[in-house]
Amino acid sequence: MRPFSYSRATDARDALERFQPGTMYLGGGTNLVDLMRLGVARPDSLVDVTRLPYDTVEAAGDGLRIGAAVRNSDLAMHPVVRERYPMLARAVLSGASGQVRNMATVAGNLLQRTRCPYFQDISHPCNKRRPASGCPAIDGDHSGLAVFGHSEHCVATHPSDMAVALAALDARVHVTGPAGDRVVPMPGLHRLPDGEPERDTVLAAGELITAVELPPPPAGASHYRKVRERASFAFALVSVAAVLDVADGVVRDCRLALGGVAHAPWRAELAEAELRGAPATQEDFSRAAEAELSRARPLPRNAYKVPLARNLIVRTLQELVP
Amino acid sequence: MNRVEGRDKVTGRARYAYEYPAEDVAYAYAVQSPIAHGRIRSIDASEALATPGVLAVLSSADPPALGSRDDAELALFQTHEVAYHGQIVAAVVATTSETAREAAQYAVRIEYDAEPHHVRLRTDHCGLYRPDKVNPAFPTDTEQGDVAAGLARAAVTIDATYTTPTEHNNPMEPHASMAVWEENGDLTLFDSIQGASDDRDTIASVLGLPPERVRVISPHVGGGFGSKGTTRPNAILAALAARAVGRPVKIALTRQQMFDVTGYRTPTIQRVRLGADAAGRLTAITHDVVEQSSTIKEFAEQTATPTRVMYAAPARRTTHRLVRLHVPTPAWMRAPGEAPGMWALESAMDELAIAAGIDPIELRVLNEPAVEPESGLPFSSRNLVACLREGARRFGWANRDPEPGIRLEGRWLTGTGVAASTYPARRRPSRASAAVEDGDFVIRIAAADIGTGARTVLTGIAAQTLGSPAERVRVEIGDSALPRASLAGGSMGTASWGSAVVRACEALLKNGAEGTADTTEDVESDSGFARHAFGAQFAEVRVDIDTGEVRVPRLLGVFAAGRVLDEKLGRSQFIGGMTMGLGMALMEETVVDERSGAFLNHDLAQYHIATCADVRDIEAVWIEEEDPHLNPMGAKGIGEIGIVGTAAAIANAVYHATGRRIRDLPITPPKLLG
Repeated sequence: MRPFSYSRATDARDALERFQPGTMYLGGGTNLVDLMRLGVARPDSLVDVTRLPYDTVEAAGDGLRIGAAVRNSDLAMHPVVRERYPMLARAVLSGASGQVRNMATVAGNLLQRTRCPYFQDISHPCNKRRPASGCPAIDGDHSGLAVFGHSEHCVATHPSDMAVALAALDARVHVTGPAGDRVVPMPGLHRLPDGEPERDTVLAAGELITAVELPPPPAGASHYRKVRERASFAFALVSVAAVLDVADGVVRDCRLALGGVAHAPWRAELAEAELRGAPATQEDFSRAAEAELSRARPLPRNAYKVPLARNLIVRTLQELVP
Repeated sequence: MNRVEGRDKVTGRARYAYEYPAEDVAYAYAVQSPIAHGRIRSIDASEALATPGVLAVLSSADPPALGSRDDAELALFQTHEVAYHGQIVAAVVATTSETAREAAQYAVRIEYDAEPHHVRLRTDHCGLYRPDKVNPAFPTDTEQGDVAAGLARAAVTIDATYTTPTEHNNPMEPHASMAVWEENGDLTLFDSIQGASDDRDTIASVLGLPPERVRVISPHVGGGFGSKGTTRPNAILAALAARAVGRPVKIALTRQQMFDVTGYRTPTIQRVRLGADAAGRLTAITHDVVEQSSTIKEFAEQTATPTRVMYAAPARRTTHRLVRLHVPTPAWMRAPGEAPGMWALESAMDELAIAAGIDPIELRVLNEPAVEPESGLPFSSRNLVACLREGARRFGWANRDPEPGIRLEGRWLTGTGVAASTYPARRRPSRASAAVEDGDFVIRIAAADIGTGARTVLTGIAAQTLGSPAERVRVEIGDSALPRASLAGGSMGTASWGSAVVRACEALLKNGAEGTADTTEDVESDSGFARHAFGAQFAEVRVDIDTGEVRVPRLLGVFAAGRVLDEKLGRSQFIGGMTMGLGMALMEETVVDERSGAFLNHDLAQYHIATCADVRDIEAVWIEEEDPHLNPMGAKGIGEIGIVGTAAAIANAVYHATGRRIRDLPITPPKLLG
C-alpha cells in the first residue's frame, strides 16, 4: 500500500478544503480499502467523510432525504424505507453481506467501482484503471459484464444493487463541490464508458455526495429481484427493479431498471414506453422486454444475459399484476 | 465432545502462525510473474531498495543457496525461467507489510522475454502422456476382461464425457509463516501446515539443514483442505528472507496469491462408458481421464481410482493422461481422485439407470461386488447397500416418480437425485507418547488440527483407553518437536494418530508412568483387505424455470465409516464435506484467462463457495459398522467422503427436475437457461 495521509473532515466545507489532486473521500472503505491493498487505488490522501452530519433519514416533503453517510444496513432497516420504498430495502439487503452493509455508506455504495476481474488485478491492462492500456475483457472473460451501452474501450458493469432501485425511483443525488451545490438525477449519476471508461460518474473532482432524495413513492406495486449464482453475497448476473401500476387491466405507469448489464444502472425506457397504456398481460410484458433487449449487444460469453433479462422482466412484472 | 480448544478459538486466544510475536520482526511480500511462460531478462531492484523501510530484495539476480532444488515450486529464485502466471519471481522484505507490498508491486522492475503459453486443457493436446503412477502411488491404467466385447453385448450403453473446472481449496486462514533463525543457526518456523513432521523435513531439505536443526510450530490451523498438506513457498520464503535480513520475518499470502502458489484441483475431462445387460448388470466399465500438471512438477490426480472400487463388471478399464501446461502445479484438494471421479461415474450410473428403466438405487444394488473388483481382495467391511436403503427410507425415495421435468411448484421445477460415495480407509505410521504429569495425562504427538477437531478426538481416544475423564487428558499437537506423526490428509489423521495414541496409552497403563508407541510395524502388517468407507447422498433441488437458478432445499448423506468416534465432530466433518460438494456442484470454478494465463476470479467475492443461505436442510447420519480390520478404534476416516458424490446427486436431481443433463460443472444459471 502506498503511503497516504488520513484526515477526518468535520463538515462539507472542511472536506472540500482538504480535497486536493490525489485525494479520495473515504466512506465505509469496504471497496476503497480493498482497492488500495490491491494497488488499484493509490490516493495520496484520504479524507474521511463518515463523520459528516449526513447520517440521518428524514422526511422531505412527501419524499425522503437519505444522508450520504447513512450505513446500508440502517437504510434497509429504516421503518419508513421499509414501508414506503420496500423495493429499495430489498435491493440494499440483496447486496454484499451483513458485515459489509454495516460499514458501507449510501454514497460509497453509489461510488463503488466495477468488480471486473481485469480492473481489480494490476497485472492486467485495463482502460478504466490505466487509460489507453487496452481492455482484455472484450476478448477474454466478460461473462459477468455488460450487454448494454458498452464501448470498444470498456465492458464493465456497475455492481450496486441499491443504485438500480434508486434509478427506478427517480432519485435525486445532492452534490456539493468546489463550484457549488447541484442535483444530479438517477439515472444520470453514472455514465456509460464511451471513450473515457476511467470516469464512472458525472461527478467532477472534489465533488461530494451529501444526500439522496427520493420523490414520493410511485403508485403501484414494486419488487427488486436479483439473479445470482449463490443465494447470498454475490453480485447480480442480472437484477431488475420494477414498479407497476395497473388499473382495470391496463398499465398506468411502469418503472423498470436493470442491474448487472451496463456501466450504469440501466433504466429500461423502451420497455416502459411500450408498457404505458398497454394491457397488463404476459404477451405485452414480453413485447416490452423484447423492445428493450433489441438494443442489447451481448458478447460471446455473456449472451445468456439477454434471455435471462427478458425472463426476469416478464416474470417480475407478472408477479406485480394485482 | 465440544472442541477442547473451542473457548480459546472463540475468544481469540488461539494463536495462528502469523500471530506469534517476535522482536524486531520484518515482513516479506512476493513479486509474481505477469507472464505465463518465458524468461526474466533483467531485474532492477534499486528503486525498491531505496524505499524507506525496505530491507532486502530477493530474486534470481542473486540466487540464495539451497540444499535441494528437486521441488521446483519450493526452489525459490534459482532460475530466470517462468513457468506460469503468478509464479514467485522475487520478494521484498521490509519493516512493515504495507511497505513490502507497495515496493513489490511498484518498485521492483522486472523485464521479461515472453514465450507462447498454453493453459487450456484439451483432449487433443499433442503433449498428452501417460504418467508412471497417479497420486500417491496408484497404477496409472488398469484393464481387465474384454471391454469391447462387454460393450458390444450390452443391451444398454452410456458413453458420455463429464468435466470439472479448476477449483481452489480456499481455507479460511491464508497460508502464513514466521521464520526465526536462532543464534546457533537453528530455524524455528511457525507455519500454517497440515503436518509439522513432514513440513520440518521438507524445509530442512530445501534449506540444506539437518532435520533436527529445524522446528515447525503449528498448533492451530484455519483449514487446509489439502492445500497445506505439503510445504508451500511461503515457508521457504520466510526462512530465506529471515536469513537475508538477520531478523525474524513474517509472511501471509494474500487470498489472490493463494490461488497461484498453494495448489488447486486440476480440471478434468472424463469419458465414462458403461454397458449393461437387459437386467441392468454391468458388462463393461471404462473411465478415461485427461488432466493437467505444470511444466515444472508432475502431479497426476488419481481421478479414476474410485471406479476400480465401486461396481462389479467383467470387463473394465481406467486410464489417466496428463498434459503439462503453463499453469501452477495442481495438488490435493479435499478428496483428490474421488471427488471429481465419482462426479463422473455417479452421473453416468444415473444416466444408465434412466436408459435401462431401472431405479438408480436398484441399479447400484444389482452391481454390488462381492470383493473389491480389480484387486479381488475382500472388503474389510462394505455397507453401500445399507446406506442406499437407509437413505431411501429417510429421504422418502419410495414414492419417487422417475419421470423428469414434470414437477412444477410455482415457477420452480423440483427433482431428487442419488449418488454413491466412497473413500479409502488408510493409515500411516505415527509415534506418540503418554505421560502422567501433575496428576493429569499428557499425550504428545505431532498431529495437526486443521479445524477438524483432531485435538478433541485424540483427547477422547486417550481418555477412553486410559479409563479417565477427558478433562484429565491434555493432548499436545502441532509441533515437530513432538513424536513424529503423519499429516492430516487422505482422511488418515485420526486412524494414524489414534492408533499411536492407543498404543502409547496402553504402554502407560502397563508401566504406570510413561508410554511410547511407534505404529510402523502395525501399519506395515495391514494387508489382506480392501478398506474403504462408503455412503449414499440424496439431494432435492429446485430450478427456477425463468432464471436457471438452482437451490438445494434438502441434502441427506448416509455413511458407513466404521465406528464414528464422536457424534458432534463426525457430523461436522460429513456436512462440511457435503457443503463443499454443493459448492462444487453449483458454483466453484476458477476462471483461467487464456490470453495472460492468469486465474481471474481469485478472491472470495468472485470465486463462489457455498454460503449459509445456500445450505438449507442438510443432514448426515451413519450406519454403525463393526470392522476389526482397521485400527484399534475401528474407525474409518471421514474427512473427505462427505464431498464425494454430492455433486453427482445434485446434478442427477437437476436432471430429474428439468430433464436437462448437465455434464460440465458447475451447474450455473446460464447452463439451464432457455
